[in-house]
Amino acid sequence: MGFYKELSSKPWEYQGPVEGTTPESAFEIEPEKIALRMFMVVASVIFSLIAITYYVRLDLGDWVPLKDPGLLWANTGILVLSSVCLQFARNAVTRGDLGKTKILFFLSGVLAVAFIVGQVLVWRQLNATGFAINTNPASAFFFLLTGMHGVHLLGGLWVWTKTAFRLINKVSATDIRLSIELCTVYWHFLLVLWVLLFATLANT
Amino acid sequence: MAYVPIADQAHDLHDPHSFITKYIWSQDHKVIAIQYGGVAIMVGLVALCLSVAMRLQLGFPDSFSLIDPSSYYQAVTMHGMIMVVYLLTALFLGGFGNYLIPLMCGTRDMVFPFLNMLSFWVYLVSVLILLSSFFVTGGPTGAGWTLYPPQTITDGTPGSDGGIFLMLLSLGVFIIAFTMGGLNYVTTVFQARARGMTMMRLPLSVWGILVATVLGLFAFPALLVSAIMMVLDLKLGTSFFMPAIMSAGEQLDYSGGSPILFQHLFWFFGHPEVYIVALPAFGLVSDVLATHARKNIFGYRMMVWAIVAIGGLSFIVWAHHMYVSGMNPYFGFFFATTTLIIAVPTALKVYNWVLTLWEGDIRLNTPMLFAIGFIFTFIHGGLTGLFLGNVVIDLPLSDTYFVVAHFHMVMGVSPVLVLFAALYHWYPKVTGKMMNETLGKMHFWCTFLGTYAIYLPMHYLGFLGVPRRYYAIGSTDFIPASAQTLNENITLAAIFVAITQILFFINVFWSLRSGKPAGGNPWGATTLEWQTPDTPPKHGNWGHDLPIVHRWAYDYSVPGYPDDFIPQNVAGDFGVSDDHDHDAPADVKG
Repeated sequence: MGFYKELSSKPWEYQGPVEGTTPESAFEIEPEKIALRMFMVVASVIFSLIAITYYVRLDLGDWVPLKDPGLLWANTGILVLSSVCLQFARNAVTRGDLGKTKILFFLSGVLAVAFIVGQVLVWRQLNATGFAINTNPASAFFFLLTGMHGVHLLGGLWVWTKTAFRLINKVSATDIRLSIELCTVYWHFLLVLWVLLFATLANT
Repeated sequence: MAYVPIADQAHDLHDPHSFITKYIWSQDHKVIAIQYGGVAIMVGLVALCLSVAMRLQLGFPDSFSLIDPSSYYQAVTMHGMIMVVYLLTALFLGGFGNYLIPLMCGTRDMVFPFLNMLSFWVYLVSVLILLSSFFVTGGPTGAGWTLYPPQTITDGTPGSDGGIFLMLLSLGVFIIAFTMGGLNYVTTVFQARARGMTMMRLPLSVWGILVATVLGLFAFPALLVSAIMMVLDLKLGTSFFMPAIMSAGEQLDYSGGSPILFQHLFWFFGHPEVYIVALPAFGLVSDVLATHARKNIFGYRMMVWAIVAIGGLSFIVWAHHMYVSGMNPYFGFFFATTTLIIAVPTALKVYNWVLTLWEGDIRLNTPMLFAIGFIFTFIHGGLTGLFLGNVVIDLPLSDTYFVVAHFHMVMGVSPVLVLFAALYHWYPKVTGKMMNETLGKMHFWCTFLGTYAIYLPMHYLGFLGVPRRYYAIGSTDFIPASAQTLNENITLAAIFVAITQILFFINVFWSLRSGKPAGGNPWGATTLEWQTPDTPPKHGNWGHDLPIVHRWAYDYSVPGYPDDFIPQNVAGDFGVSDDHDHDAPADVKG
């Protein structure tokens, strides 16, 4: 890869603009995508660290496993649908089909909101059955992990809202494409993250 | 859509016109850098005053009743946290990172200017939250800057009612600000360099800031996670870190949590944090040394690789802060080994700095003095680090003043000397005025000798077994009374150093008004920031045309060239600056 070859070059041995007139970007994609990827790495680090503490805390003896609320399965389904809609919206905007893009994009946002409402309902169910955040470590981690995931989705919804406003205000497909692509990648990331979290929570 | 590299994209400059868009809600990286730097230095002065209060108590325990035990611990805590996070991290990355990355890479601004502005304002909010803890009931937290539970949140620790919450909140907000800035710095370095500016043509300053930023993006999440979990323990009664515990004769509602877990999380952030501060310092000092020694930096590639290697290794040494917490001996052995390994690339850098000076045409002006002073203090602090990295030596020394001396030499004085070197070095570019050399040199000698007078005796106090963290030592069987005399002298030296920093501020403000005009490139430096058409650089940095880079950042004293430096944007092959390989100038297109 060019980057590693670059690291072993001897810059003092040559003069002149390298490779003629090509500017030197490290990656041939938009900077927004790079920033988003790095942010996803940062978010992954956050969740991995919580997962590590989760497994450490699990072994400390006073862990009372939660009974997983069935609603979580429904919520997972909603989040999958939201991600699928966004993927189709992305495909539509690449084809330049703005009408379809709008419908699918709005639908994905509504579904994401539904997911968050669903998660809040799960919280209320747990509270009603006597599992508050401070009841035992298992419920504490449940609230922490679902809460952190929800906060990340809310951040995504903020960008979604801005994009939605631009969609309403008649924007061309080429102008809005990048925003929708970024939302899509982030939605998929949060979906994968949720599936991993759900698997962790369900298996312990 | 075809990909268009950033440097080639049509760029609207949106010149700001009103005072507010120009200086307050500014999206210009240079203004944001100055805002970051100003706030960081202001809050750093608060921390400096706290250290003087601490030293007065330690030096003259019976003469001054300025502070009681509680406020002593509050001063210790706030001094540490402010200096490490809110001053050093913010000034190196938010200040110098913001100022130098776009200029050194040859671009007009950061890739996301709005995010950059937001980063500063969120940082300001975090500082205000932190400072507000001085005014709540119970005052700021006094748990020590490492915030170890369970004592952090139990009654009896100063600030356990309001201060600790504000501290954790402020750290969370700071991390958000840092992440916004950090994503910006990394993307800018990767994507927005000028034509011809390959990664290996970047000045070491940019390399240091880049790798430190990546470290920050990976390490700060650990602090964020531990802060969130501790807030939940504090406010909602979870037991992530809190074990079953009695406080003031009462059984608290916690059970089963692990304080050691917090320590691991904290130091997984805390050790990379050392390098988040050190790597930009390494980078900046390399450029200052090369410029004022009129020589190319010795072993540029090794310097880059060492920065990357140190960055990678810094994530697997964290538990050397926890030897006294107790751990599996094999675990301790592993971390002692990695700690000693990290000394290899670090020592390599020190050798290269010294070899850069070797037979150089050294100009002993103020920035150079500070840079050379840094080499002294860094070697000094680094060597004691080799001692403390070993478990058996660390155990008896860990709770003594030896550790205070070690990390103040390596992480306090050294980065601060680099900060001053960099401030004196880049001040002419930022303001267009030279700083006063006489005042600058006085400032250097007072600071350099003064800090030695503070920290050298502390090593000895550590050997005597004087414990750190104590409000007053009182009389013991093993500490001789002369230790107190030493403590008095340390306090006098500390007050002296604190007061002489006024010289710096006088110099900054006096030079702003009456300094000699600097011109575009007063030091004869090669890097791009000195080649701007205007000094100080205007909005957009480069006027109409972006620079085109023809050579690496260190073409100093090239034989056969009339000047003793060739700026990076000057075309032409003037022979190579290295003595060998003369017949292999690849791809010359100048």
